[in-house]
Amino acid sequence: MSIWNGIIIGLSEIWAHKFRSVLTMLGIILGVSSLVAMSALVQGMENGMKEALVAMGGLEKIEIEPRDPDEMPLHQRHLADQAPGLRLSDVKALDSNGYLISELTPAVEMSRWGNDLTVTYQDKMTEPFFVSGTWPVSLELMEHTIDHGRMFNEIDNEEVRSVCVIGTGIRDQLFGDPTVTGEEVIPLGEVIVIQGQPFTIIGMFEHYDSQDGLKKRAAAIEAAKNNQDGTQIYKADRGRSNFAFRIKNNHILVPLNTMIMKFRSGTEENPVSDPRLSNLQMKIPSVELLNPALMQVRNVLLMTHNGIEDFSFRTQEDWAEGINTTINNARMSGGVIAAISLVVGGIGIMNIMLASISERVREIGIRKAIGATTATVFIQILIESIVIAIFGGIAGLGASYVLVQLIGSFSPDENKPVITLGAMILAFGFSVMVGALAGLYPAIKASVLHPIQALRYD
Amino acid sequence: MSLVELRDIRKSYQLGGETIHALDGVSLDVEEGEFLSIIGPSGSGKSTLMHILGCLDSPTSGTMQLDGTMIHNASQSQLAAIRNKKIGFVFQFFNLLPKLSVTQNVELPMIYGSVSSKERRERSMRALEMVGLENRAKHRPSQLSGGQQQRVAIARALVNDPKIIFADEPTGNLDSHTGEAILELFHELHRKGRTLALVTHDPEIAAVTPRKIEIRDGKIADQVDARLAGMDRG
Repeated sequence: MSIWNGIIIGLSEIWAHKFRSVLTMLGIILGVSSLVAMSALVQGMENGMKEALVAMGGLEKIEIEPRDPDEMPLHQRHLADQAPGLRLSDVKALDSNGYLISELTPAVEMSRWGNDLTVTYQDKMTEPFFVSGTWPVSLELMEHTIDHGRMFNEIDNEEVRSVCVIGTGIRDQLFGDPTVTGEEVIPLGEVIVIQGQPFTIIGMFEHYDSQDGLKKRAAAIEAAKNNQDGTQIYKADRGRSNFAFRIKNNHILVPLNTMIMKFRSGTEENPVSDPRLSNLQMKIPSVELLNPALMQVRNVLLMTHNGIEDFSFRTQEDWAEGINTTINNARMSGGVIAAISLVVGGIGIMNIMLASISERVREIGIRKAIGATTATVFIQILIESIVIAIFGGIAGLGASYVLVQLIGSFSPDENKPVITLGAMILAFGFSVMVGALAGLYPAIKASVLHPIQALRYD
Repeated sequence: MSLVELRDIRKSYQLGGETIHALDGVSLDVEEGEFLSIIGPSGSGKSTLMHILGCLDSPTSGTMQLDGTMIHNASQSQLAAIRNKKIGFVFQFFNLLPKLSVTQNVELPMIYGSVSSKERRERSMRALEMVGLENRAKHRPSQLSGGQQQRVAIARALVNDPKIIFADEPTGNLDSHTGEAILELFHELHRKGRTLALVTHDPEIAAVTPRKIEIRDGKIADQVDARLAGMDRG
């Protein structure tokens, strides 16, 4: 008996008991679809996290921050009051000695969390996440792209001009959101007030979002154009978009010197100016150079800081590792749960196959009497079980598509679940294997039936 | 050499701690082209004898030869192959598979014998013609009368061109008129040179076969061979 005949016999058995077969397959369908959907969800999470990682500068980015005295090495704590902090002299030293660094900028930052940070335009007010005073090179370092106008340059910095480049989130709050108004406002030349100081907008970044978020936003702008009564169709940015993208969209860049002059120089309450930087941001040519570069930077900074380690490094590597751990954990736990449901499906198949063969003892006896061997009966029952699993697996793949669409409709855009071919193959293969294992015992039970006893059975 | 040679065949079962000797030293030869009946009351051991003759079961002791092969020690899968190639069965309750069509039922032994699908179709058609059911090929067994179902079973028994056909009470489930027609079909097969063995408890049916073997208490009690009897008289 060929395998093909076995499949035909198996199919006709399944067809003869349609309802029972569908119920049996249900277990496999649920198992396969949950396995695929789970993997799609995790894949979506991973994509979202990796997109955010790249948006924040990728693995090649290093940030040096001043270290809290409590976190300095124990033997240096008593020197905390001698710590110079990060200064422009550090930047000069690194510029001339840190040859493993490809790009470098100092930054003085004000953030929403440090103190009240407000930006106003006429009667509108917004709170940016960060206002950073930097060098022009920060455009590349922070993975920013100018969409309109220009980035400030060396001259703006030297002349201490009150100019700024804003993210679209700032524009949305102060000048109008294109997903609501239907038109893209480009506020070049307008003057906004940052913490009481006027700045002229000379450039605006592009809007940052995940691939999917961008698509939805474009559609929302199009819809808003045709819908001028002012109702908001698309809830932009708020809560749905990835935090990394929101930070970038609500960012203002100003020249470093302007930042220091306007916000760090002596005032009446605080007559001494503060020369310390918020952080140093740098990029290395490749990830392999990360550790040598960190050592080099540390050596240089220890020289300029009189040996006091009052600075710390922040790399994205920890973040990337965190992503991998999270993803692996999610994959593992989801996989175990989905595998359990597949095993339950397999038990369902076994149950039905046992019921089916005890119904068909006589048939097995007849088949044996006319020449079916132990092996052919075994193969027949096994194939029936596998065929049920295969059909269940195919239906499960279909169901997983629907399930993933369903989940995708209410999951955040950047975490949109993605079905991978690997997950489909894995789930399908696993379901076939479960079918084969589930059929094993019934097949053995049927194949060892003695023909005479089987023929006498009623 | 005879087609079938049984020598001192014994078969015993354990039933509730008691040993039952279903066959107690049976020796028997069947020649090619013979038409014989095995007769005996229920419990006589005639079914056991047929099971052993039909390779459905192995004897406890004794030797058996079929078509030149010693088979009393054959394994289950060897027996299955012999049943497939050399033996045809016709049962009292027809034993057709209800979900398969008439043709598919007749093709079944050839499927296990790995015959190509083209040849299967031709041979099953020829077998159905032989029993006069070629126009019922696509029907289900449940759509046929008892006599027709038994003819399908006979076609199935014939289709692999077996050395010997066993019929276990083939008319037991049919009315007498249909039963006679089936017996007539057996006679016709016999005339064409087939070897047939009919197992029955009904002396009237046994009377139509040239040779009659009577089993009682696991032994051959009486043998009547019409040909030999005729020679005696002559």
